[in-house]
Amino acid sequence: MHDPAIRTSGLVKAFGDTRAVDGLDLEVPTGAVYGVLGPNGAGKTTAVRMLATLIRPDSGEATVFGHDVVREADAVRSRVSLTGQYASVDEEMTGAENLILLARLLGHRKPAAKDRAAQLLEAFGLTEAADRQVKTYSGGMRRRLDIAASILNTPDLLFLDEPTTGLDPRSRNQVWDIIRIVVAHGTTVLLTTQYLEEADRLAGRIAVIDHGKVIAEGTPGELKSSVGSGSVHVRLRDPATRPEAERLLAQALDAPVYLESDPVALTARIGGDGREEAAAEQASRALGRLAAAGIVVDDFSLGQPSLDEVFLALTDHPATQEAAA
Amino acid sequence: MSTTTETGATYAPAAEALATVLAPGVRPPRPSAWSASVTFGWRAMLKIKHVPEQLFDVTAFPIMMTLMFTYLFGGALAGSPTEYLQFLLPGIMVTSVVMITMYTGVEVNKDIEKGVFDRFRTLPIWRPSVMIGYLLGDMLRYTMASTVILLIGLILGFRPQGGLGGALAGIALLLAFSFAFSWVWTMFGLLLRSEKSVMGVSMLVLFPLTFLSNVYVDPATMPGWLQLFVNLNPITRLVAAVRSLMAGTPDTGELVWVFGAIVVLIAVFGTLTMRLYNRK
Repeated sequence: MHDPAIRTSGLVKAFGDTRAVDGLDLEVPTGAVYGVLGPNGAGKTTAVRMLATLIRPDSGEATVFGHDVVREADAVRSRVSLTGQYASVDEEMTGAENLILLARLLGHRKPAAKDRAAQLLEAFGLTEAADRQVKTYSGGMRRRLDIAASILNTPDLLFLDEPTTGLDPRSRNQVWDIIRIVVAHGTTVLLTTQYLEEADRLAGRIAVIDHGKVIAEGTPGELKSSVGSGSVHVRLRDPATRPEAERLLAQALDAPVYLESDPVALTARIGGDGREEAAAEQASRALGRLAAAGIVVDDFSLGQPSLDEVFLALTDHPATQEAAA
Repeated sequence: MSTTTETGATYAPAAEALATVLAPGVRPPRPSAWSASVTFGWRAMLKIKHVPEQLFDVTAFPIMMTLMFTYLFGGALAGSPTEYLQFLLPGIMVTSVVMITMYTGVEVNKDIEKGVFDRFRTLPIWRPSVMIGYLLGDMLRYTMASTVILLIGLILGFRPQGGLGGALAGIALLLAFSFAFSWVWTMFGLLLRSEKSVMGVSMLVLFPLTFLSNVYVDPATMPGWLQLFVNLNPITRLVAAVRSLMAGTPDTGELVWVFGAIVVLIAVFGTLTMRLYNRK
């Protein structure tokens, strides 16, 4: 029998009056990236910290590869590693020292620890920076060192808590590539993210969580079809024409239209609700209506639904409500 | 353009390079409790290496304390500074070292806010080894401070009757006590919210303990109620024991008392520290 990488049932953790995790049920299969998608404050980090044995649940159960995270914490620890939201490396030490320290703590003897550190630094493109203190590293380098530290003993399960938050697009792509390679070698990855795009690109399955509960779960395809296949973003030349454009788009697409903070921009959801017509077809029909009404469109694009739209569809409240800070 | 160097900007994760580090090698057995503790001690040494300014506290502060009290009180209390130094030096050494034990708490407190602590706590290692690592690093500071004070004392005219052996035995006892006493600060380091509050609490604890003792004057000159406190104060016992060792006349009663205190401190505050550490 195969134990799933993670199984939780009714997991609860409260901090004072706030129930950060409020009855979380998850089942994460082995050998793929499992995305946990949610806005700030949804309870993602708290859930990860319980699963990584850093904090104890108030109630409910959680097992990692069949081991209880409270009663068999050591067994869990020997199979997982964590790359936290804030770099889990020592800023005052050099990159090489960080990795040697961890290699020693994982039981490698001194020469082996040094070799292992050098290999990892090489593989992560950090050889040149090996003897510099981590506080001089860029965000991307720090994150790479962090992941290098996490895979030092090739864990069976790797927790990545918002690994690309705050990274520039290039570094983000590097991290994505690394994650793909790590998973291809058999490590299961639990990835938390605020970005639908990230979850969509990497994860085999996604759980959307809000207020500490799973509100939707499935493959990226299932999830997206439940909220619509995409959205059309329109930029008008004249802000005065926006109310008219809003009315026309809503009519043509039979879907809610969001007014963006830019006074000439609007976004509308397309597809979903089992409609057969392709998104592009719907969009071009809607744009034709605008042209017919004499509204000048400067620019438009078809995009995937944003996390905001997913959240609006699933919860009737925008994700950014709590992410304002 | 071919280039052999790789900077962060041009790094592209190579599947082959990563494959070599991901190859499922045999995981070595977990390190022993001692080995993990020593590794954390090595980390503390590295931190001193990278921020050597922190040693200023353990050298300048003891020198200042010794000079200040020797010349401030010496003439009034013992006729001359050199005379007073024979009485004061073991006590001022205890005071200085016990005072710097609180940096352990400050270090722990600074560290737990950082992500690296999360990594340590997810490692399958003997749990107290992180804390013992701090203390091993701190032993270096304590040794330095004690040595500095002994040397300045010798320069100023301190002549221990117990000779070098007696002086070193006194220092060894002081280090053992400081190791045990540091667990008070690892506890506060984990318990309190900020570095500042750790410092605040440490002043509240350390000032009465070090000043309301037999370090500066003979307790017999104090009012009775104060004598009661002074005689119960573990620092008084420790100073008496260190003095007796340095004078070459070890006082068994005081030594037993100090060893008892060491056991109790580790048992109580070590346990509380580990409980907080596991709950954090």
